Amino acid sequence: MSPLQIIFKRELAGYFATPLAYVFIVIFLVMNGVFTFDLGGFYVRGQADLMPFFSFHPWLYLFMIPAIAMGLWADERKTGTIELLMTLPITLRDAVLGKFLAAWVLCGAALLLTFPIWITVNYLGDPDNGVIVAAYLGSWLMAGSFLAIGSCMSAMTRNSVIAFILTVALCFVFVASGSEIVLNAFNWAPQMLVDAIAALSFLTHFDAISKGVLDVRDILFFLVFMASWLFASAIVIEIKKAN
Amino acid sequence: MIEINQLTKKFDDFTAVDNLSFTVREGEVLGFLGPNGAGKSTTMKIITGFLSATSGTVTVDGHDIATDPLAVKSLIGYLPEGAPCYPDMTVLQFLDFVAAVRGFSGEEKQRRIDKVVRDVELGAVCHKTIDTLSKGFKRRVGLAQAILHDPKVLILDEPTDGLDPNQKHQVRQLIRNLAKDKIVIISTHILEEVSAVCSRAIIIAGGRILADGTPKELEARSRYYGAVSVQLTQDFDLHRAVATVSEVSGVEVSDASGRRHVLLPREGTQIFSKVLDLAQNDQWPVAEFHLVEGLLEDYFRSVTQGANARAETSDKRTGATQ
Repeated sequence: MSPLQIIFKRELAGYFATPLAYVFIVIFLVMNGVFTFDLGGFYVRGQADLMPFFSFHPWLYLFMIPAIAMGLWADERKTGTIELLMTLPITLRDAVLGKFLAAWVLCGAALLLTFPIWITVNYLGDPDNGVIVAAYLGSWLMAGSFLAIGSCMSAMTRNSVIAFILTVALCFVFVASGSEIVLNAFNWAPQMLVDAIAALSFLTHFDAISKGVLDVRDILFFLVFMASWLFASAIVIEIKKAN
Repeated sequence: MIEINQLTKKFDDFTAVDNLSFTVREGEVLGFLGPNGAGKSTTMKIITGFLSATSGTVTVDGHDIATDPLAVKSLIGYLPEGAPCYPDMTVLQFLDFVAAVRGFSGEEKQRRIDKVVRDVELGAVCHKTIDTLSKGFKRRVGLAQAILHDPKVLILDEPTDGLDPNQKHQVRQLIRNLAKDKIVIISTHILEEVSAVCSRAIIIAGGRILADGTPKELEARSRYYGAVSVQLTQDFDLHRAVATVSEVSGVEVSDASGRRHVLLPREGTQIFSKVLDLAQNDQWPVAEFHLVEGLLEDYFRSVTQGANARAETSDKRTGATQ
């Protein structure tokens, strides 16, 4: 096994060694149910698709993902294990990626466990399953982007609550910047600026993917977004090493 | 061989390590002494690659920690201050993780874990989560992960801190056994430990080296080296009694009752047997008669006193960077 795999395995096992993974998954599923059926009007709409399910994901992730991400580095700093980890013969890249991937896979597992709703919609009607698969992929990519921000915020502090708050705030910016309210507030600005703000938003790209429009640019957006924030995490850790 | 060359570490405007240079060779057990916040831990953190230096270089077997960190890190076994270990893992899971990261697999991995569990006596707690262990066991788990790969260089930051006397003895025994043809650096402020396990001691304060030598050499620099402590049973004019011995340079009264005296020798002379003879011939009222102990402690105090004030502030700084 490569160092990356070893760290990935340890981190993932760590989630399941504590109630964290179970609590996260259960709450995620319950909240999804509430959002989809009550607020989303899954039945009332009378349409065989999962739009009400996916459209709440950005808002659900806004609080769920930072809770997973906040401990990534802050807890290591707090317990001092970061000193152990960073003096083992592994690269910073392996550490950052290994931790991130473990958390991302946990999110993916939670997402996969929502499969009953997919069965339900197939039982009730005849949905476009291609669109649903695309939307699942988009949702997972978006979760990864939230996580990458969280990884960076967590690297900045030894206090995981601060990491949580910073991550929520920053993620909110990236979600809300695509919403009508924010974009309308910028109606005085040149169209180019408004487009730029919208282009940075998760909503814009996620909406496109979840409608089944698998544009390479949307997928690329999330991948580059994740890579950038993970790179920033590594820089933050490197700076901390000098101070 | 570890070569530390003009190492300096600054935290903002505070200098934790100040132009430190020294070399440690195979077979040496180096005791790193100093008041709290003297820069011991900071230096160790730089050698192990956890912190980067502001200036200066550290090389281990020719590999520079700044340019080739992986090579250095694989040569070193490190027990950080407080022996941090992942609290949610069991002892075996944790050792398995460290062994895997160190590049062991299969039977070799199992053999190493088994050996280290035996050496550090962790058998009884193997399947317990580290969270639930006592301080002594946690420290031993930390030690186990540090020696698992039989490293060439062993760096232990206060390895016996918080252990009971039996455990301390055990850990020292372990360090002595490990030390053959290795480089061991341990930091401590327990001075008896230095005499017990170290072949060399460096005293630092305020980030600078104040003394460097074998524990015996450092003891010899104490003003009480070769001094004789005399406890009298009744009032007696010791000053006059020793006036004839030219090697005695002075007499100090060392407790409130006025009956414990310390006779100081003139530099480079031995007075013990002369004074003993005199005491027997003149029939001094003596209750106790022995060489003064705690020389290293005395020397340590005399060289570090001035640096104490600076050390206080640095304590907080290093705490914030862990």
